[in-house]
Amino acid sequence: MVIKFQKNDKPVIITGAKDMPPMGAALGSMLQNKTGSWRNVRPIIDYDKCIKCFICWKVCPEPAIKIVDELPVIDYDYCKGCLMCAEECPKDAIDFEKEGK
Amino acid sequence: MKKTMMGNYAASWGAQLARVQVIAAYPITPQTLIVEKLSDIVADGDLDAKFIKVESEHSAMAACIGASATGARAYTATSAQGLALMHEMLHWAGLARLPIVMTNVNRAMAPGWSIWADQNDSLSQRDTGWMQIYASSAQEILDSTLIAYKVSEKVLLPTLISFDAFFLSHTMEVVDMPDIELVDKYLPPYKPDYKMDVNDPRSFGALTDEQYYYEFRYKMQEAMDEAVDIIKEAGKEYEKITGRLYDLIHPYRCEDADMILVTSGTIADTTNVAVDELRAEGKKVGNLRIRVIRPYPKKEILEVVKGVKKLAVIDRNISPGYSGIFSQELKSALYNEVDIPVRSYIAGLGGRDVKIEDIKDMANDALKNDAPNDLIWKGVKL
Amino acid sequence: MIEIRMHGRGGQGAVKASFVLAEAAFQGGKYVQAFPRFGVERRGAPVEAFTRIDDKPVQIRSQIYYPDGVIVLDPTLIEVVDVTKGLKKGGWILINSNKKPDFFDFGDDYKVYTVDATEIAVQNRLGSRTAPIVNTAIVGAFAKLTGIVTIDAVFKGIDSSIPRFQEENKNAAKQAYDSIASG
Ligand code: SF4
Ligand code: SF4
Repeated sequence: MVIKFQKNDKPVIITGAKDMPPMGAALGSMLQNKTGSWRNVRPIIDYDKCIKCFICWKVCPEPAIKIVDELPVIDYDYCKGCLMCAEECPKDAIDFEKEGK
Repeated sequence: MKKTMMGNYAASWGAQLARVQVIAAYPITPQTLIVEKLSDIVADGDLDAKFIKVESEHSAMAACIGASATGARAYTATSAQGLALMHEMLHWAGLARLPIVMTNVNRAMAPGWSIWADQNDSLSQRDTGWMQIYASSAQEILDSTLIAYKVSEKVLLPTLISFDAFFLSHTMEVVDMPDIELVDKYLPPYKPDYKMDVNDPRSFGALTDEQYYYEFRYKMQEAMDEAVDIIKEAGKEYEKITGRLYDLIHPYRCEDADMILVTSGTIADTTNVAVDELRAEGKKVGNLRIRVIRPYPKKEILEVVKGVKKLAVIDRNISPGYSGIFSQELKSALYNEVDIPVRSYIAGLGGRDVKIEDIKDMANDALKNDAPNDLIWKGVKL
Repeated sequence: MIEIRMHGRGGQGAVKASFVLAEAAFQGGKYVQAFPRFGVERRGAPVEAFTRIDDKPVQIRSQIYYPDGVIVLDPTLIEVVDVTKGLKKGGWILINSNKKPDFFDFGDDYKVYTVDATEIAVQNRLGSRTAPIVNTAIVGAFAKLTGIVTIDAVFKGIDSSIPRFQEENKNAAKQAYDSIASG
């Protein structure tokens, strides 16, 4: 079996034990695992309600929320739609909609 | 009555039929369904038991120990890291001679994080004084639970019943549930001679100096030795009510075999099919499934293998720095008794599928090569 | 023994479908085994489940690599996964689709059947319009296609394995049984 990983834009090809680290370490970075494809609901931040407490940033398990220009911004390449952010937002500033299809 | 169910539920219904009185468990994949179902069964009033939610597996076993010490029939289930966390308490249950029965879903130890089949979790607990059973079907999981209580309560040793993650835990198949009336006759309520009783106070687990500790170990060994025959008797008695016979070992087409494969768990069942195919090719191969590894059925194994030219062991486990554990056990049983070359294979670690073709490959390799070999990695990617 | 592979998407009920199929065969007097592909299930990701049916207890405990038949719960999967992988020559493919079988081109090695299980499920109000539950319709179509189980066994299987909406599920199975199209 051949498993391919991207590292620094260079493909890493793993064919067996000789290519692997000695411990159960990630054979590449989780950045390559675009968990956004798992999502069936899409959280949306309403910046009018947001008070910039960054609780969502803290609780997002991926983490798919970044702080950009002092605002929480969801990276939909990685957001898996778990809605922990919406659940924990003290201002109910995060709503969600069903993904298309 | 015949029903379809997953292996995990067979464990739950086994505990229900055994009328366990205390269940203390902590959820862990792939065991979770066992405990979920039991909590349903208790909530529905189909089992009169105390269901104790605990904060860890260590506490789960501690609660079972407390319950069993007072004379209650106690049950728990776990897997992998959960079983490892219980380790200290496992020795305690063994040396306190408490007939607790526990189900363990065999899952690989982490890291790399894995939820798939591997026997290293339970085999790491080999020396804790628990009897150990490896089941190979959902039916056997249920039946073994009932037989285990019968044996445990007679010899006063706990029993660990293990089976492969997913290959059994999440596989639905046909299970014949014995009638509760028959089970009640087979497995009457537990009535211990020694128990914690406020009306008859005694102290348990007190300081034991070198004048006595040694003798407790001796008595534990005596109980293990005795257990061999008691497991056989309990199996035969169970056969009378259900028609299904369980022994410490299950030989398949071994009588006239030139070579015997030694297996356990789900690999053993697949091996039976592989043996049929090898036989059809004219190869005289048999399969010896080790169902009980503690007590170790040395005499019974020697009886089956003594005339054979070669043995090949398949281990879904490894003792790092030496070899597969079933292989070590087998070789120590042969030593001083018979001289049969053993070839030892490691297969299926971390849930890697062991297919009929894989088993036939190993068998053919063993048929071809006469030299013994302690460690052959079947299918390792180098 | 016959071995069946089910293709679906996580959350679509492929595992449940393999169990309902096994239950129907069991009610028809067979020995069965049903299990998911042992992985980590993710919503929307392609998933597989398996069913084995035999006249004697099933002893093989590895996964299925060479199925006799394949069931595709979601036709969009055909572009993403090789649903015929390992499928035995002369094997069948049952697709949940409103298209005629000859819409799908799998060459001459396989026989293709279609059934509009989604529409049948919606008509019988099984699940929701966005997430219809197609299990029982698929099993009804399977009964007709293979003849391994009778429609009565399917009904019994529904009674013993599905706690709610049994009549609706039976109707769905019957409709699929009657409407499966062969190529
Ligand atoms: S938790 Fe809500 S209020 Fe706080 S930063 Fe996030 S969106 Fe804004
Ligand atoms: S839905 Fe979950 S993954 Fe997505 S941003 Fe919110 S917390 Fe993160």
